[in-house]
Amino acid sequence: MIEGILIGLSTALSLTNILMVMVGCFAGTIIGMLPGLGPMTAIALMIPITYGFDPSTGLILMAGVYYGAVFGGSTSSILLNAPGIPGTVATAFDGYPMAQQGKAGKALAIAAYSSFAGGTISAIFLLVAAPSLSKVSLAFRSPDYFALMILGLTAISAFSSKGQFLKAMMMVVLGLMLATVGQDSLSDITRFTFNNMNLTDGISFVLIVMATFAMSEALTIIFRGKDPNRAAKQISLTELGSIKVNKEETIKMAKTIPRSSILGFLIGVLPGAGATIASFLAYGMERNYVNEEEKQKFGKGSVHGLSAPETANNAACSGSFVPLLTLGIPGSGTTAVMLGALLGFGIQPGPRLYQTNPEIFWSVIMSMYIGMVVLLILNLPLIPYIARILAVPRNYLIPLILFFSVTGIYLMSFNNFDIFLMIGIAVVATFLRLYDFPMPPLILAFVLGGLMEETLRRSLLISDGSPNFLWDRPITLIILLITITIVGWQIFSSFRKKS
Amino acid sequence: MRISPTKFISLLFLVLSVFYLYTAYNIQVFAFDENAPFNARTFPIYLGWAGIILSSLKIILPEKITTEVNHKHLDYKSIIYLIIISLIYAAVILKIGYFISTSLFLFASYYFLGERRWGLMFILSFPFVAAFMYLLHGLLNIYLRDPFLKYIGVMG
Repeated sequence: MIEGILIGLSTALSLTNILMVMVGCFAGTIIGMLPGLGPMTAIALMIPITYGFDPSTGLILMAGVYYGAVFGGSTSSILLNAPGIPGTVATAFDGYPMAQQGKAGKALAIAAYSSFAGGTISAIFLLVAAPSLSKVSLAFRSPDYFALMILGLTAISAFSSKGQFLKAMMMVVLGLMLATVGQDSLSDITRFTFNNMNLTDGISFVLIVMATFAMSEALTIIFRGKDPNRAAKQISLTELGSIKVNKEETIKMAKTIPRSSILGFLIGVLPGAGATIASFLAYGMERNYVNEEEKQKFGKGSVHGLSAPETANNAACSGSFVPLLTLGIPGSGTTAVMLGALLGFGIQPGPRLYQTNPEIFWSVIMSMYIGMVVLLILNLPLIPYIARILAVPRNYLIPLILFFSVTGIYLMSFNNFDIFLMIGIAVVATFLRLYDFPMPPLILAFVLGGLMEETLRRSLLISDGSPNFLWDRPITLIILLITITIVGWQIFSSFRKKS
Repeated sequence: MRISPTKFISLLFLVLSVFYLYTAYNIQVFAFDENAPFNARTFPIYLGWAGIILSSLKIILPEKITTEVNHKHLDYKSIIYLIIISLIYAAVILKIGYFISTSLFLFASYYFLGERRWGLMFILSFPFVAAFMYLLHGLLNIYLRDPFLKYIGVMG
């Protein structure tokens, strides 16, 4: 492992890669800060830029963007009560009241220190857990992988559906349907192309991500422009106050950070869970831990209440890399986008990544830590200036997002069919989002579609067409039982709400 | 009888799933693969049935959480303009080249979204696209096809 860490450090600490982490964190912070634009959009917008890089550098840039976007999301939560991403909603509970009390600078500093500590602790966990889990996951066979993918898709549907599980599952099926367009990987038979040559190679992953996130996000912002509930709130960006944290506040943070880090990391490892659930659970757990006097301060600017979700959401970000790097199965929408980018570089993540491309495996882990340091020493002092980005009018912002989306697709194919297709999918996605049909399950399903079909094919061929492969192996059975429990819980909770 | 938008979308999804399933059954497979435990049709057929079952459940089951959208608050005019501009942009990008089409797209988008600061609009379109192209083509060595700039000799 020491050798791996050194390989990772030597790659991550090269001048180009340090520059990429810095650029990534900075760009991620700015994009993440804009309400509505989260890490998924930020990473998607970066994909075209990484075409010219080697895989390690491209991934390091994306990891930086990921952390930057999460940090940026906290900034808009604290300053505007408008979370840039769902993972920072809980941050606004105590961060925004603190900002209203004239302590915005302090709130931002607490968020930054907590994020740094949460990210650091979970990066250490990742360092230890990832190689061990890689070895364990070598024992996984096709039926286990198939069951694991079903679990991942069910879990992300359960967690991202806001109580509307069926809608999320429909999006999963739609994502899988889109993944089947093009040539069948084994027989080369074309499917669902309707004799259109442009569809023979299938629909590009970047196109789907750009259409369902970047472009549809931009269209949604314009579409809901007249909604008074969504109108941009103004805050005096010149009166952020001091960013210094006193001794008492440091002690409070020191108590909160370790427990929230552990919780965040564990939640992040679970497929489908991620930063949003981690931050809410950490907030709730912290409220139970503190004394009665502190409990009364929750929702009114509590240090514990701000530190806990911020620590947990960053810890969950590192945790979500565990299934991606060790099993090749993303646990969240953001890591699904990163999986797509990895596949674009010709790298198949999974247990063998640790052996075949150790420099990528370790440099991504090490760059996460470097990203944390960059966020703390570079972004925190710059916050008063970066925060001014919130004042950028949408009249400029929206066309620029559309421009980056179209450019990303044009760079890939140099044909306009893909641009037309992207506009079409973006318009459909905008309407689906309007009625709360979630997009992360669609993306995850699209990314996993090919792999899922391949593992199902192998499993069915081995078992001679019998469904016995679903319960023959204990690992498969356990994973399927967990999936059934999640589905059962969704049905139970829907009946409970009804009664 | 008023059908809720969610149920209407589910109905559209049901139609899509039926069409998908019909197309899946008609996928041509090799003769020796017809009776294999798994061929190019198998997975799409499962997906088609899954789509039909899920969308039917959504249509049949009562809605506990309804998503209300106030159409008065939706800016249809701006979004239609933006979509039309994007479609025109997609249609002309190959003919007039990346630089001019992108710059004009940005300029027109700023205009239709209500911007009237002409100087800033110009800077954030033509020089901005030129700088971006230089970053991609000149610095990052990412090939950016532009027949027009090639024709006038700006790009190699």
